[in-house]
Amino acid sequence: MSFLPDRALDHLRDVTETPDFSDTRYQVEEEIGRGGMGVVYRAWDAQLERRVAVKVMNAGYAINREAKLLAQLEHPGIAPVYDAGSLPDGRCYYAMRLIQGRRLDEFLRAEPALPPRLRLFEKICEAVAFAHNRGVIHCDLKPQNIMVGEFGEVFVVDWGVARAVDGATAPAAGTPPYMAPEQSAGSADARSDVFALGRILRDLMPDPPPRPLAAIAGKASAQEPAARFGDVQQLAADVGRYLDGQPVAAYRDTVPERLARFWRQNQVLLLLLGTYLAVKLFLYFLAPALK
Amino acid sequence: MNKPMVGMIAGAVLGAIDGGTAWFVPAVRSEMEGILMWSSVKGMLVGIICGLIARKVHSTAAGLAAGAGFGLLFAYLVAMMPEPDGTHYYLQIMVPGFVLGALIGFLTQKMGTAPEKA
Repeated sequence: MSFLPDRALDHLRDVTETPDFSDTRYQVEEEIGRGGMGVVYRAWDAQLERRVAVKVMNAGYAINREAKLLAQLEHPGIAPVYDAGSLPDGRCYYAMRLIQGRRLDEFLRAEPALPPRLRLFEKICEAVAFAHNRGVIHCDLKPQNIMVGEFGEVFVVDWGVARAVDGATAPAAGTPPYMAPEQSAGSADARSDVFALGRILRDLMPDPPPRPLAAIAGKASAQEPAARFGDVQQLAADVGRYLDGQPVAAYRDTVPERLARFWRQNQVLLLLLGTYLAVKLFLYFLAPALK
Repeated sequence: MNKPMVGMIAGAVLGAIDGGTAWFVPAVRSEMEGILMWSSVKGMLVGIICGLIARKVHSTAAGLAAGAGFGLLFAYLVAMMPEPDGTHYYLQIMVPGFVLGALIGFLTQKMGTAPEKA
């Protein structure tokens, strides 16, 4: 038996779910994302007259661990935190840059070429490596948590389950298949992010993937942490070597592959030398006839 | 190393090698010293010019064209000098000179440092 019509119930649900920002400088416009720890809204900052993203943490999440952590990570690939506070209902929120762009998985559907994808991957690695350098591991890297801006800029978002790089045990968090095996056991370090990046790299690759690139992704997402790249910089460097046409550390080239690379890198020089030798041989054998 | 220096060294080495191949032609084997010297000088001059061009123009195609052009020109000047018996080896000198010039032009584009723009 229902005392209220469905429309009225829906309205009540909306009213109770929509955070009350009346005492703040923000006017919520619409929900733009929802995760396990909170909801992200697009909002208007009336004081500075600009659009921002406001993340409202679910009830029970302490303020503002995520905001404090993000505030330590000033990097072009990580959305900066502008402000943090509490709502009248006790929930915590923080305001950050509103990223105009697409999620990585949406970007990949529109960008089929491998080199731009890999350059993007290098930028993702830069942001993650910076966080590691500041003692923070993301623990939930996946295409849905990476935003690509209109001009190819990359933002790693949703640091809700990030933690300090100290190898300490923590509740299992992450998203299969991007979650490293050791995360399920509640332990994570920088190599857990390397695992996730290896899985993301797989998503970027064409089918069938180039063998050196498949080897890089395979090494990055090895089951055993010790078998992975030691850190994100090593992974990014190997991808960079692949982009530059250099041999990669994760894959031993066969002789034909080495010859093919040498040919690609020195095509003009080899053609000129070949032409010179051909001319010389031709003239050598032709010389008697020319007399 | 700057680009004209790269051009000069590459030109001298490649010119000497090119001149050295004359040893396989018995008719001119007695003239090897002169051939080696002029071939090296020709290569050096082409290399220096290509190096100077490479300082201003950063283009593989332009380097190849300039090298081939100057290689052909200097090879023509060398080929104009007759052998003691009055023979001219235009084809034997100019065609390899053309290709070698292109090679020197290419090397000056790829190697050496150009001065930084102010």
